[in-house]
This record gives sequence, C-alpha cells and structure tokens, in this order.
Amino acid sequence: MNIHEYQGKQLLKQYGVAVPEGKVAFTVEEAVEAAQSLGSPVCVVKAQIHAGGRGKAGGVKVAKSVDEVRTYAQELLGKVLVTHQTGPEGKEIKRLLIEEGCDIQKEYYIGVVIDRATGKVVIMASEEGGTEIEEVAEKTPEKIFREAVDPAVGLQAFQARKLAYAINIPTKLVNKAAQFMLSLYKAFVEKDCSIAEINPLVVTGDGQVMALDAKLNFDSNALFRHPEILELRDLEEEDEKEIEASKFDLSYIALDGNIGCMVNGAGLAMATMDIIKYYGGEPANFLDVGGGATTEKVTEAFKIILSDPNVKGIFINIFGGIMRCDVIANGVVEAAKQIGLDRPLVVRLEGTNVDLGKQILAESGLNIVAADSMADGAQKIVALV
Amino acid sequence: MSILVDKHTKVITQGITGSTGLFHTKGALDYGTQMVGGVTPGKGGTNVDITLENGSTVSLPVFNTVVEAKEKTGATASVIYVPPAFAADSIMEAVDADLDLVICITEGIPVLDMVKVARYMEGKKTVLIGPNCPGVITPGECKIGIMPGYIHKPGYVGVVSRSGTLTYEAVHQLSTRGIGQSSAVGIGGDPVKGSEFIDILKMFNEDPDTRAVIMIGEIGGTAEEEAAEWIQANMTKPVVGFIGGATAPPGKRMGHAGAIISGGKGTAAEKIAKLESCGVKVAPTPSEMGSTLVEVLEERGLLSECTTH
Repeated sequence: MNIHEYQGKQLLKQYGVAVPEGKVAFTVEEAVEAAQSLGSPVCVVKAQIHAGGRGKAGGVKVAKSVDEVRTYAQELLGKVLVTHQTGPEGKEIKRLLIEEGCDIQKEYYIGVVIDRATGKVVIMASEEGGTEIEEVAEKTPEKIFREAVDPAVGLQAFQARKLAYAINIPTKLVNKAAQFMLSLYKAFVEKDCSIAEINPLVVTGDGQVMALDAKLNFDSNALFRHPEILELRDLEEEDEKEIEASKFDLSYIALDGNIGCMVNGAGLAMATMDIIKYYGGEPANFLDVGGGATTEKVTEAFKIILSDPNVKGIFINIFGGIMRCDVIANGVVEAAKQIGLDRPLVVRLEGTNVDLGKQILAESGLNIVAADSMADGAQKIVALV
Repeated sequence: MSILVDKHTKVITQGITGSTGLFHTKGALDYGTQMVGGVTPGKGGTNVDITLENGSTVSLPVFNTVVEAKEKTGATASVIYVPPAFAADSIMEAVDADLDLVICITEGIPVLDMVKVARYMEGKKTVLIGPNCPGVITPGECKIGIMPGYIHKPGYVGVVSRSGTLTYEAVHQLSTRGIGQSSAVGIGGDPVKGSEFIDILKMFNEDPDTRAVIMIGEIGGTAEEEAAEWIQANMTKPVVGFIGGATAPPGKRMGHAGAIISGGKGTAAEKIAKLESCGVKVAPTPSEMGSTLVEVLEERGLLSECTTH
C-alpha cells in the first residue's frame, strides 16, 4: 500500500526523523493559510499524488511569497499531472504539501528495502541524491553502498556510520546522519514497510540532516496489525475496479487491453495474460479468483470485468484443483444470467470434475465458446474481439 | 526414488483442527500419505476423526506442541495451515523441534516475519518449503499440500515452481503425454521463502530417479537468473523452463507478493534470456511446457525411459 509524501513525513517525524515543517492543503485557501502559519520566506508547493517524478513534471514549485503560494496552488489543484510513473492518463492533483524552504547544501540518497537474495533488510546509500537510484545503479553502481541488517539485533550505529562516511556526509554531521538512518530503520520495521526511500536526503546550511522527500510503501500482508496505516489509504489514488475487487478478496489489476480475464491462481493468471498477448491480443486485466472461489465471488469478478467499457470479450481459464470445475461452471452460468452476457465468452476448464463443468456450460443455453487448452482458448478469444 | 517425501514420510499437520487443515489432512490421507497426527495449541489430548473417501475412519491424535507430536508419533515432516498472523511462529516451532521438513502452505505472511524466520533457521537442519505454496508431492507415495493428487503420475520428471496452478498445468501437460513425475515441488510465491530453485534443483540432480526437470518461474527477484547459472555449472540433467508475467506492467504486484517488477529488474525478458544463454530451453507459452520438455527429452534420447504410462 502507498501513502502520500506528507503522510510519510508525519509518520517519520514520530520516529525522530528530521523533516521540513509542512502542512497538507486540499484547497487554495488552506494552502495560503499553511504558508502564513509556516512563516518561512520561501515555501515549496508540492503536488501529492501516488507517483514519482513529480518535480520533473512540474508538480513542485518554489514560492517566494504567500501570493506566489496562492498562484501555484490555483495552478496545481485540479490539474492532471503526467509523470513517467503515472502513465499517459496522468493523475489529478487533489492535495498539496506546503513546506518551508530550506538551504540545501547537498543531496544524498537513502533507501531501505527487503533483499530477497539474503532474506534481510538492506540499507542503501548514495552520494548521488535527487536522481533515481535505478539510474545510479546502471551508470555508476560503485556509488551505491549497502548494509544488510541482522534482524536479531537490528541496524547498528556502526553500520549507519559506515554508510554515512562512504557517501561523504560532512564529518561533523555523520552522527546526525547515522541517527537519521537508525530512526528510519526503526520506522521501517515497526510499521512493516516494504520500501522506505528518502530521495533526496539533504544536509542544510544550518547543519541539519533532513528528508526532503519520503516514499513509504507498506506490506499489504501486514496491514492487519497496522490499522493506523490503513487509515492513510487514499482510495482516490486507486483504480475503482481494484477497490471493488479487494472487497471480495479478488486480486485484480486493471490493464489497457480489451480482453477480460478470469483465472484461478496468480501464476496461471499472469501466464494467461502472456498467452493472450502471444496470440496478438491485449489483456484488459489481471484477475485471480483464488483457490476457494464461490458462485458469489465468480459473479462479482464477472461484474467487475464487465464494468470496464474497454472489455470486448472475456476469457475464463480455470485449472480446477481443490476448486471443482462444476462449481466454477455454475458460478459462470449464474453470473451470466444475472448480469446479462453481451460480449463473447471463451471458457477453458480443466481439472477436477471437468466433464461435469463442461456439461453445465453446454446445457446452459448461453453463448459460450468452449476451449480445450490455454492456447486454444487464447486464440479463440483473440479471434472474437 | 524421489526428493523430500516418499511413502515412508510421517507427517503432522500444524493447524489440524481448523477447517483448511482438516480438509487437506483428509485429502492427504485419501492419497495414502502417512498422516500421523496434528498440532493445535489448547487442543492437545483430543483426537480428530476423519472419514475417508473409501468409507474408513482414521483417528489422529492432537498435541499442544510440535515437540510432543514428534516424540509421540515419530513424525519427520509437518505441514502448516495456520492463519498468516501466526504462521511464522508455527514454522519456528517446527524448526525448533528439529523436523527434517516443514511445508508452509499459508498465504499472506508479513515479509518481515519471514525475515525473522530466515534468520532463525540459519544453522538449523530443517528444510522449509514455502510459504504461500501448494506443497510437495511424490506421485503414488506421498502428497503434502493442496494440489489435486490425481493429475500426478509416478515417473522421472521433476517439477519445481513458484506458482501453484502453473505447476498443476505443467503436471497435467506431462501426465496427458504419458510422462510421469518423480516429485513436484511448489516453492511458493513470496519474496522471502524457505527453499529457492537452486536448493530443489540440487536435490533433483542428486536423485537417481529424476531424469529431467521443469522449472517454472515468474517475474520479480533474480532467483531464476541465479538458478540458470547454477544449472549451467552443475546440472547433469536437462532442464526446461517457463517464466510467467512477460506482459505484467512494472511496479504492480501481480497476485503473488513476490511477483513485482521493480526498477526495471526482475522482468520476464531478462530471465528468459539468461536461462536460454545457460542452456535451458524456455517454453514460449504456458501451453507448451509439456511439449517443450518432450522435444528436449527426444533430443537427449530420454523420451522412452521417461514415458511411464
């Protein structure tokens, strides 16, 4: 789960991570009030959307007066910001962060991630702040330093100092930078983050070490023990169909194509998208109905797929293991009857009770095209849309 | 022969009194697995009676702790069906009891819990499969997990996969072509897990009754790339691959917590290129996993000995 920059900074502040003073604003008036209360000669007006690359896309403005804050707030609120992470449709700006300006001496990068290869939390640091870490990794990998954390003892101060020295933090600020990393690690672990990225981390003219930006992602498997994080979820930043799907415990991701997919199992669902594309089609979504799909779940999945106006046809690909094919077939028939099936439907069933499942579909009177294999089904649906 | 489990493996179920645990314990018993008991804290001293498909009833003892269950039943393996919030604790309890094998089916365990588990397991002898996996099966001998047993046939091809349903798909494609399997192992879809591809490939390489292997990977991480290098350097048996997620958009988690392309890394294209360059033939579509293996078996003159039924 993602949260906004301002929420991330508020959270980090609770852990003693230094961040600039700032306030969130939903309206131009709130932006102006925020700037007045900050009382800073320079304010930064930052668009709050769940995507990176905001600065380059014009979503971050430096204002030298309250009037300028007003002008920028008017300009940004309601504007659709297109960054390299939003996709071409962009995202509407509905919230702004009004923040005090600071005297930046130099920018650095600090990231906390979970390294799959070692199964440990790793802190990454680089002197190349402000640029994307992927770019640094590609061009100058020697400028990225890493420390793996032993979960039994947590991040140690010496590790943080090692990183601070390696990225050439000014000597008299090394302890502050180390403290920053220790606090960041603590927040990461206690809040079950999956990524915590501070880019840039800055040292200022008045000797502070601060997070100028904060990108926090949370492990959705751990949200059950963090109701306070769940409250920060901004549904407006998420796809409506994805929200609807999550209510029914369906794993759904919207895509750009026109073939709706309903599959059981994440791996098979991904592979189904692949095979549609292989035969020249474009999947409209990823949808895993899971192992224990019921008639109700299948019906809801159907509704969500059909609510996408781009969907011109549907491909259902089920390998019935524990979930029996006759249950799926009944679900499909029930859903199609309830909703009214107005687009081509190709169904491939395999596995437990497959013959019974096929019989139910054949006798339903619905216009369903049966397929014998994934390849057969993919080719049939591609030909039909 | 086989890897990890066979007809002699004695198994306990952690979370046996829950509906999922009970359901799949019955499935394992129906298949012929030696289920010898279960663990549910607070229910020790009771029994669960399970009526099998053939009409007979099996009564399994329930224990409060894994150590006690191991002592009283002689179990060497456990399977975990406890809810995600408590699953990491269950894994560590099984490791503490020195079981040979722990298979964790539970999906949705917080990653940082698994980071602790991984640290806890350092230097211990227990092999962990999963979490978030379908389990392990040696056809005709032992089924531990949630896979449909009947699609598997005894034979000589090993299957290892990060995905459950894609494993079934591969096994089905093999069985319908008359090619049986030595063992099929689902290592699970989570980013931090017990066994990786290389661990399982090593076992298949050393198993005299495995003649070839299908390895099914997916986007995210670099386990497939590492496996490819290991195969090139060490594997004496042919390996055929498939990578799911060629069309997945970057930055989105595709169902499995581990299936996410981040920072341009972990793409299917990279993995396929690496596997091919290390001599692993990759099936172009998920429909062709079986036929690609058949091609390779023919090339190597192994098809007739791998055709089992």
